[in-house]
Amino acid sequence: MVTVIHPNLETTDAKMKAKDVSVYYGDKMAIDKVSIDIPTEYVTAFIGPSGCGKSTFLRTLNRMNDTIPSARVDGEITLDGEDIYRSKMDVVQLRARVGMVFQKPNPFPKSIYDNIAYGPKIHGIAEGKDELDAIVERSLQRAGLWNEVKDRLTDSGTALSGGQQQRLCIARAIAVDPEVILMDEPCSALDPIATAKIEELIDELNGRYAIVIVTHSMQQAARVSQRTAFFHLGSMVEYGRTTDIFTNPLEQRTQDYITGRYG
Amino acid sequence: MSPAILLLLVIGLGLAGWLAARARAWAFRSKAESGRLAALPSYHGWYVALWIAIPAVLFIAIWSFVSPQLIDQAVIASPAASELPEFGFQRDALLREAKSVATGSSPAVFNEQAAALVDPYRDAISRYGLLGGLATLVIAFLGGAWSFLKVKPDFRARTRVERIVMGTLLVASLVAILTTLGIIVSLVFETVRFFGMVNPIDFLFGTEWGPDPMSNPDNPDPDRFGAIPLFWGTIYIGAIIAMIVAIPLGLMSAIYLTQYAAPRTRSWLKPALEILAGVPTVVYGYFAALTVAPFIRDLAVSIGISGASSESALAAGLVMGVMIIPFVSSMADDSIAAVPQAMRDGSLAMGATTSETIKRVLVPAALPGIVAGIMLAISRAIGETMIVVMAAGAAANLTANPLEAMTTVTFQIVQMLTGEGSFDHPATLSAFALGFVLFIVTLGLNFIALRVVKRFREAYE
Repeated sequence: MVTVIHPNLETTDAKMKAKDVSVYYGDKMAIDKVSIDIPTEYVTAFIGPSGCGKSTFLRTLNRMNDTIPSARVDGEITLDGEDIYRSKMDVVQLRARVGMVFQKPNPFPKSIYDNIAYGPKIHGIAEGKDELDAIVERSLQRAGLWNEVKDRLTDSGTALSGGQQQRLCIARAIAVDPEVILMDEPCSALDPIATAKIEELIDELNGRYAIVIVTHSMQQAARVSQRTAFFHLGSMVEYGRTTDIFTNPLEQRTQDYITGRYG
Repeated sequence: MSPAILLLLVIGLGLAGWLAARARAWAFRSKAESGRLAALPSYHGWYVALWIAIPAVLFIAIWSFVSPQLIDQAVIASPAASELPEFGFQRDALLREAKSVATGSSPAVFNEQAAALVDPYRDAISRYGLLGGLATLVIAFLGGAWSFLKVKPDFRARTRVERIVMGTLLVASLVAILTTLGIIVSLVFETVRFFGMVNPIDFLFGTEWGPDPMSNPDNPDPDRFGAIPLFWGTIYIGAIIAMIVAIPLGLMSAIYLTQYAAPRTRSWLKPALEILAGVPTVVYGYFAALTVAPFIRDLAVSIGISGASSESALAAGLVMGVMIIPFVSSMADDSIAAVPQAMRDGSLAMGATTSETIKRVLVPAALPGIVAGIMLAISRAIGETMIVVMAAGAAANLTANPLEAMTTVTFQIVQMLTGEGSFDHPATLSAFALGFVLFIVTLGLNFIALRVVKRFREAYE
C-alpha cells in the first residue's frame, strides 16, 4: 500500500523518521509498511477509524509495544538519525526522550508533587531538593496546572478532576524534558471544557517539543495539528498538511472518512 | 413407621403432586384464551411438590426428636413401670435395655425387671410410630391440596418457587453464622467459668505457666496460670519467625509471577505454589520435627552453641513460614494484578525500568492489599497447631532465643484438653480461656484485613 503524499508538503528536518514500519501481533499484521517523518516544529495528527492501527503505530515510536510479548516490529525508526530498534538502544533512555500521554489519565496514586518528581528522580535529573522543586513548578506551569494545584501539591494526584489529571500526566511527561511527546487520544475520556484546555496546552507546547497526537475527532485534528496522516486498515493512506487533507483530500477513502461516510 | 420410609413416602407424594399439578396447568393452558399461563406448567408442579415435601419433612425432623421422649413418658406412665427404682443409673439402664429389645436391636433382656417393660415399649413405639406417620401424611396431603387448588392460569407459581428457593438458601447461610455464634457462646461460657477460678489479671499478665491437672481444683495456684510465655511463644513463632520467612518469599514470588514470568511459566508455577497450601499441616509437622529441627540443632552445635534443643522455635517458625508463603503470595498477586495496567504503562513510558516500576508504583499502589494478606497470614499462623505440637516443644519458656523450645497457645489447648484432668478443673478450663483469647485476636486481624481490602477495592473500581 503506497501512501499518497500531498505535493505541496514542504520538506522539513525530521525529528523522527519511520521507514517501511510493519507491526505484527503474532501472525496478524497490524501495520503495513508505514513511512513518515515527524517534524519538530509542527503537531502531527494521526486520524482514522477505530482499529486502523494509528495507536499501534504511535506506540512503536517509543517502543511501548515491547510490553506486549507477541508484538514484533519490522522496518526502521530513527530518532535524530539513530535507529531506536537497534540492539544497543537503551529503551529506558529512549522513553525519557520520547514521552507519552495515554488515553485515560493515569496519575500514580501518589501526591501531585511526587507524580511530577517521579521521572526526574529515576533519571537523576535534579540535584537537590531546590532543583526538583523548580522542575515540578516549571512542569506544572507549562501544563497550565500550577495555579490550580500550587496550594495542594501534597494531595493525591488521583483526587484531581479528569481534565486536571490529564494535564498532570502531561506535566509529568514534560518534567523529564523529552524531545518528542506522543499523545494517544488524550481527550477521549474528558468533557469538552477539559478538552479545550488540553488543546490550548498542545498549542502552547508546539514548537518546544515534537508532538504526535492520535485522535478520533477530526475537528480536534483540524484544530491542533499542522500535519495529518490518515490511517485505514493498518496502512497510512494519505499524509499532508492538515489544511490540505481536510479541504482537498486526494484519496477517495480519506474523502469518505472526513465527510463522515464511515468511522 | 421409620423416618426413612416416611421420607421416601413423602418424596413419592411430592412426585405425584408435581405430576398432577403440571397436568392441571397444562389443561388450563390449552383452555386459556391467550394460550399462556403466568408461569410454565413445571413451575406449578414444583410449587405443589415443595408444599408437599417441605412441611412434611420439617415435621419428620421434629417428630424424630420428640417421639422418643413421648415413648419414654408413655412407658413410665404405664402400670408395669411402677416398680422401677426412683432415680439414677439403674432406672435409665433398665429403660434402655427394654427399649433395645423392643426395637429388636438386642435379642433378650438381661435384667428381670426390664422384661416387664418390653411390651409397653413395643406398644408405645408402634402407637407413636403410626401416629407420626399418619400426621406426616396428613400434613403432606394438606399442603398438597392447598397448593394444588392455587394452580390457576394467572397464578404466578414462578415467583413463588423463586421465593422458596431464596428461603432455602438463606437458611443454608444462617447455619454457618449460627454455628459461629454457638462456638462463641460456648467459649465465653467456659471462659467465664475459668475466670471465676483464676483471676484474669493473673492469667493475662502472669509469666509462669504450668497448670497441674492433678492439683486440688478448688484452690488453684494463680502463679501457675500466667499465659504470657504462651502468648510470647505464639507471636514469636507465628508472627515473627514465620513472617520473616513468608513475607519476603511470598512477596517476591508474587512479583515474579505477575511482572516477570512468561505466561507459560506462570501457568505451571502458580498452581505449583498453591499446592503448598494444600499440604496437610501434619505433614509439615513431620518435616519440621524430623528434618528441620535436628538439622538446626546440629548446625547450632557445629558452630559452637551448646545446649541447642532438638525442639526449637526456629524449626517450627521456619516450616510455618514456608506453609504461609502461598497465602501471602496469592493475596499479593491479586492486589498487584488489580493495579491498572495504565499505571504500569505510565511508569514505563516515563523511562522507568520494570524493577523501578514495581518498587515505586506497583507495590505502593498494591500495599493495602499486601498488608491485608500479611494480616490474614499472621492470623492463620498463630492459629496453626500441628507444626508447633510436633516441633516447638512443650516448655513454656519466656525467651528470645530461637534455638530453645517454646510453646504456643494452640499447643497448650491441645495439651490441657487431652490430659486426664476433669472438666471442672481450672487446668482444663484454661484451654477455653486460651482459645477465647486466640479467637479474639484472629477475629480482630481478619476484621481489619477485610476492611483494608474493601477500601482498596473501592479505590480502583
